[in-house]
Amino acid sequence: MNKTLNQKAWFFVLPVVALVAFNAVIPLMTVVNFSVQETFGDNVFFWAGVRWFEEVLRSERFHAALLRQLLYTGIILAIEIPLGLAIALAMPRRGPWVSVCLVFMALPLLIPWNVVGSMWNILALPDIGLLGRSLNAIGLEYNYTRQPFAAWFTMVLMDVWHWTSLVVLLCYAGLRSIPDAFYQAAKVDGARAWAVFRYIQLPKLRYVLTIAILLRLMDSFMIYTEVIVLTGGGPGNATTFLSIDLQKIALGQFDLGPAGAMSIIYFLIILFLSWMFYTLMMRNEDRS
Amino acid sequence: MARITLQDLRHSYAPDPKTEADWAIKRLSLDWDDGGAYALLGPSGCGKTTLLNVISGLIRPTEGRIFFDGRDVTDATPEQRNIAQVFQFPVIYDTMTVYDNLAFPLRNRGVAEAEVDRTVREIAQMLDLDRMLKKRAAGLTADGKQKISLGRGLVRSDVVVIMLDEPLTVIDPHLKWTLRSKLKELHYRVARTMIYVTHDQTEALTFADQVVVMKEGTVMQIGTPVDLFERPKHVFVGHFIGSPGMNVLPCRVENGQALLAGAPVATVNAAAYRGNGKRLELGVRPEFVRFAPTGIPVDLVKVADAGRFRIVEMRHAEGTIRLLVPDGAAIPGSRGHVQFDPTRTQVYEDGWLVG
Repeated sequence: MNKTLNQKAWFFVLPVVALVAFNAVIPLMTVVNFSVQETFGDNVFFWAGVRWFEEVLRSERFHAALLRQLLYTGIILAIEIPLGLAIALAMPRRGPWVSVCLVFMALPLLIPWNVVGSMWNILALPDIGLLGRSLNAIGLEYNYTRQPFAAWFTMVLMDVWHWTSLVVLLCYAGLRSIPDAFYQAAKVDGARAWAVFRYIQLPKLRYVLTIAILLRLMDSFMIYTEVIVLTGGGPGNATTFLSIDLQKIALGQFDLGPAGAMSIIYFLIILFLSWMFYTLMMRNEDRS
Repeated sequence: MARITLQDLRHSYAPDPKTEADWAIKRLSLDWDDGGAYALLGPSGCGKTTLLNVISGLIRPTEGRIFFDGRDVTDATPEQRNIAQVFQFPVIYDTMTVYDNLAFPLRNRGVAEAEVDRTVREIAQMLDLDRMLKKRAAGLTADGKQKISLGRGLVRSDVVVIMLDEPLTVIDPHLKWTLRSKLKELHYRVARTMIYVTHDQTEALTFADQVVVMKEGTVMQIGTPVDLFERPKHVFVGHFIGSPGMNVLPCRVENGQALLAGAPVATVNAAAYRGNGKRLELGVRPEFVRFAPTGIPVDLVKVADAGRFRIVEMRHAEGTIRLLVPDGAAIPGSRGHVQFDPTRTQVYEDGWLVG
């Protein structure tokens, strides 16, 4: 049997290859290139080996930013996932209110990130903002441009406001896909609301929750725009997360080598966390 | 356990039913004895699942009352009615083991753990699940899962009635037969009232002592499998049950004598005809038609081999007649005569049995 050789298929793949090359592979390789070299400008580069990687990994500044980042992601996940799930459970399953709820839920997701930052920036201003002024009016000393705690409080509140909807929508879709027979069976078996949640809804939402947590994990790890607009990383370095720090090194100080090394470490951390989480959530899959 | 009584039941999904077509269940009354095996049989959309949900309490009927042992349960929840239900698609609690699945209804009701253990093991053995009690329920095959669903109904000693809503739909054909006989066996062992909903006549007729045949929300006939086969009350029942279905031919009745294309045919009930129907038909099952030297003249159309017998399709002036010939018996040439068994030939008036 003679196989017909036909290499035309390559032509169809070319556009995608070009696109991926220009928007992912080439930029990433540039970063790799920077991370192993030293430059003093004028496009003159010297080989630096793993020196920048060692430097970044030993730097206390990087440790502090990473810690802030982990804390921030931990806090928003701990709030947004249970809250989103609770709202999704409380939403009506059918009727005219379904679309009303969905539209309300989708609204924050439609607002561009820098606008969200500006909105909360103004809202939280202690002298003219509705939130900031109200807090001060009831006797709480609140000034997010001076107090680290107030800055964190505002950041977390903003993130919860902006992104809980995503968790709600995902969970709601997951809940809607549970066939009525399960609820009827639970009724017949005399299951209380808690048992229905624990043994029907939660197991059926496992994949959806995995996706929701993964999305929020990756997104919050890369948070940039909102922080820059709201606090600019301050007061001091209180809200300088990894992305902010990276930007300061790369574009503030123009240390391309350390910035490149940090980018790669940053990327590997997100990749590792996501992989670890996914593997943990799916480890029982073979058994079921 | 209980006797189930439905009184003048009607149900409509429309909030304000006006026409006859708005009713998913048209007026219906029936009485079911304690411990019986009943089947609701009918084509898809005939209202059998609606009726089942009305009995189980998942739907409140628009009109009429439901009694369990004379106690009015129309407004009671499924839990208060003490019913168990097996759904079309196996409903199991994925994250639990088989054991915990079976124990779930008992634990929800606060039964002591020693009692739970005893009952679960007993029921698991009945269902041949005793060797996989420790396995996760999600890992079982469809028939295993369906057995768990059934088991959750059987573990409760106070269950009044077990409802089965097309429980064999997702089961592989070769396992259907096994599970069907298992069901029958279980019914004998636990002696509970069971109601089985299906569109498969074989399932209904093999399982039930009494079958309710429904069409478009109306009960066409309630009877034993033999009744349905030998004395269908409506031509629909004749068509729907039996393979192939009953032969139905237009006829006339004069002076208590049925006439098919002008020729007299002996029937069971022509004498009872009072002469007010618009449409008269003669019904006879293919099993009760045979070839004869004289009688009703027919032309042969085709012969289909169905294994142990052959189905012969013939053309008559009034319509198609089918008959069954045992394998190996002779079939006349292109033309012949047939005769109907006089004790199994019935006259129908506007679809319903005369008399």
